Amino acid sequence: MTALPHGLIVIAKRDCPTCQLIEPLLADIDRRSGPLTVYSQDDPGFGSEVRDSHYDNSLEHSFRLNAEFVPTLIRMENGKEVERTYGWHREDWQRLTGLDDLGADLPLMRPGCGSKTLEPGVAEKLELKFGDTRLGARSIETDADDLIEACYERGWSDGLPVVPPTPERVLRMLKGTDRDPAEEVGLVPPDLAPCTVEKVAINAVMAGCKPEYMPVVLAALEAALTDEFGLHGLLCTTMFAGPMIIANGPVTKAIGMNSGGNALGQGNRANATIGRALQLIVRNVGGGRPGEIDRATLGTPGKYTFCFAEAEDSEWMPLAQERGIAAGRSAVTLFAAEGVQGIVDQKSRDPESLAKSFALALRAVDHPKMAMAGDAVLVVSPEHSRVFIEAGWSKARLLEELESLLKFPGEEMVAGAGGIAEGIPEQFRDKTVSKFRPGGLLIVRAGGTAGLFSAVIAGWAASGPVGSTSVTREVKV
Amino acid sequence: MTQTNVMLDPTGELSPAIRARLARPDSLAGKTVGLLDISKPRGDVFLDRLEERLTAMEVTVKRYRKPTFTRVAPTELKQQIAGEVDLVVEGLAD
Repeated sequence: MTALPHGLIVIAKRDCPTCQLIEPLLADIDRRSGPLTVYSQDDPGFGSEVRDSHYDNSLEHSFRLNAEFVPTLIRMENGKEVERTYGWHREDWQRLTGLDDLGADLPLMRPGCGSKTLEPGVAEKLELKFGDTRLGARSIETDADDLIEACYERGWSDGLPVVPPTPERVLRMLKGTDRDPAEEVGLVPPDLAPCTVEKVAINAVMAGCKPEYMPVVLAALEAALTDEFGLHGLLCTTMFAGPMIIANGPVTKAIGMNSGGNALGQGNRANATIGRALQLIVRNVGGGRPGEIDRATLGTPGKYTFCFAEAEDSEWMPLAQERGIAAGRSAVTLFAAEGVQGIVDQKSRDPESLAKSFALALRAVDHPKMAMAGDAVLVVSPEHSRVFIEAGWSKARLLEELESLLKFPGEEMVAGAGGIAEGIPEQFRDKTVSKFRPGGLLIVRAGGTAGLFSAVIAGWAASGPVGSTSVTREVKV
Repeated sequence: MTQTNVMLDPTGELSPAIRARLARPDSLAGKTVGLLDISKPRGDVFLDRLEERLTAMEVTVKRYRKPTFTRVAPTELKQQIAGEVDLVVEGLAD
């Protein structure tokens, strides 16, 4: 433990020119204004003329004294710090030491250097060694020569390599949120295991996240754990779907998410790792693993990761705002998603024609003869959205038009119609049937600026109260 | 040189940190046992005797041999053994 003496403390390092500048003053301060304790971060000989000088080799004292710069001068009284100054500011040093003539021949001011405690990779090690990290997860000791392989052997991977969750990395990840590592975010199905902020950070490390992604991962998990989202059923189903994250708002730009070219594809770290972190939490904390309780017949590549940002446009209301989030705020929307089905329409130049194309493609969700089963997300590319925007169609107008285009005579849809046994029950034969349940069709804008292509992302066939309803949560940054 | 590393457990911690060994079979009846010779001198003497005893118990025995004890078994051999037998006896020293 660092003793908190009465008197003065100087923290310095030889490597810092300002520390060298004040070194000749130390013996004088000790004699006339002491007691003085000197902690040197690099050179055991620094300030050796002062009786109480120490080589702070482990940096424990510097860490406990919360040194950010060197030199740091601290005045202690009765075991409590009363004042400190950084670098060389002649007036400050004269006041703290009570020596009016201290360093009279030195310049008025010289900035200091960074403390060694804050060098890259050092801060976390010191915090683990000397600090109160509040880490509670079990430590797994291994003498494996390859930690990535050790993670595979423990069953912690989705099939791709994970970043080994060392305590240093987890601590760094936790810097991305103000939330207490011990705070419980919720119970993750199927095991209903409590998931703390720390467990989120561990899995975010493994997924490859940066600390600044943490608020998005936490919001996504909170949304996924709501009753409406129905994560338990989703992760167990024999059907295709898995949780997809659509992000909106300033955080998407702040952390560099992709809403443009290849938005639904690979290559962007934030998109790739945020979606993956959620799936690793499902796997590791919740115990939802394929071949065990995940009974998907085919699954979908989106079950590795499925996360993208909306390419927000001032003419079209962003998804999060449609769903109650204030403009200028960030949010994630969780949707139980199957795969991506492209809509190629390079000829429509008016909104009516393009809306009809979209409706035709949307009809294929689940099966063209099924209705009110799976929800869907329609991802409209910039070139396609321009067709609507230039004709004065808002997103809401497009949705309204699609809803009316997606009503079909029951006789086309019932089981057996068209020689196909699949279909809706006979009782709907004389009715008009809507393809989607109210609120079941979402529209977002995303994609590169070239290409008259949009996409349908079909939802889980058990959409709505029976299975999964999409959920939006604000991202608290 | 091995070095002990620490990782923080990403799981719900519902199972032990150290994985339990697979349960031993109650009996060898109907099982196929592989005998893996790691190519150390006289390992075959021990394994030959095991084969005699197991065969006498009417247990099916299959013999395998690593090319050299200085290296881990070739992947093909490991896959072959895993596909053909229920249990393996491996001699680790001479």
